[in-house]
Amino acid sequence: MKLTVNGNHRESPADQTVASLLGEMGMDGRPVAVEVNAQLVPKRQHENVTLRDGDVIELVTLVGGG
Amino acid sequence: MTTVTRPPEQLDTPLHVGGRTLQSRLIVGTGKYADYETMRRALDACGAEVITVAVRRERLVDEEGRSLLDFIDMDRYTILPNTAGCFNADDAVRVARLGRELLDQLDNPGKDWVKLEVLADKKTLLPDPQGTLEATRELVADGFKVLCYTSDDPIMAVKIKEAGAAAVMPAGSPIGSGQGVLNPNSIAIILEMLKDNDANYPVIVDAGVGTASDVVIAMELGADGVLLNTGIAHAREPVHMAHAMHHAINAGRLAYLAGRIDKKRYATASSPWTGVISYIPGE
Repeated sequence: MKLTVNGNHRESPADQTVASLLGEMGMDGRPVAVEVNAQLVPKRQHENVTLRDGDVIELVTLVGGG
Repeated sequence: MTTVTRPPEQLDTPLHVGGRTLQSRLIVGTGKYADYETMRRALDACGAEVITVAVRRERLVDEEGRSLLDFIDMDRYTILPNTAGCFNADDAVRVARLGRELLDQLDNPGKDWVKLEVLADKKTLLPDPQGTLEATRELVADGFKVLCYTSDDPIMAVKIKEAGAAAVMPAGSPIGSGQGVLNPNSIAIILEMLKDNDANYPVIVDAGVGTASDVVIAMELGADGVLLNTGIAHAREPVHMAHAMHHAINAGRLAYLAGRIDKKRYATASSPWTGVISYIPGE
């Protein structure tokens, strides 16, 4: 299936969860906040939320700012 | 006989804002530093307990291995995530929630705090008043402590307070402009209106600080604190400027508490006229 992750297209296997996507991208274990279709998915739900074809995902972290 | 003078810090009481008690009245940003190590040293030197950060996309490529968070002592600092870059209330609310999620993962005390910015225009970075009020109401209802960036318009400041903000943060001058407090009269009016029968309501001058004297002026007006970033980060020697800002915030606060003298048109001699042995013109 096709996902959009931080504005980039990405091919993902069906039944991919938020947690497995973060794992594939090497982001597990780091602070990262996840939105799926503009809805926040809290960390405790990362294992349970299965992604669907066409989902738009934002993965964000903290950077320097004023 | 010696007279014991109380240390200046005992003249003051700590600042209470957003459910927390702060010993330092300076809040600083973490943006625009040439490198993380300089930032870490500047944060240390300025004495701030609260530091602001932005919420941005994870870089999917170009990973250098080190991030901002590797240079921030989570036990020392309260992290205040901002909504910089948001131009409507919906985006600001989304970003605030993402910031809360990140600070929740980090178990940082700033997790229910947000520095709300709803901007109207990329050139001026002035706030969108309607969006700012909408986002404030929504975030307050969602349990956030909203520290709200606004212009120096006193009427807007009152409306933000009424919307439930934990602190109102008027800009001294445009963000990053280094022009200092351009309209001290407006800041003074904001302080008077927001503190009427509510003396401890926090008003923090946010944005526009160019050098230490700008911080002193804001604090002498009676502001509860100052938030700045570029003034340190883009100084020729950021760590030296961070020290200067530490002194400035305390100097301004103490001068405010001490109470300045009235301004007069003409001179008043500091030495007595009585006993003068010289010729005095006109006498």
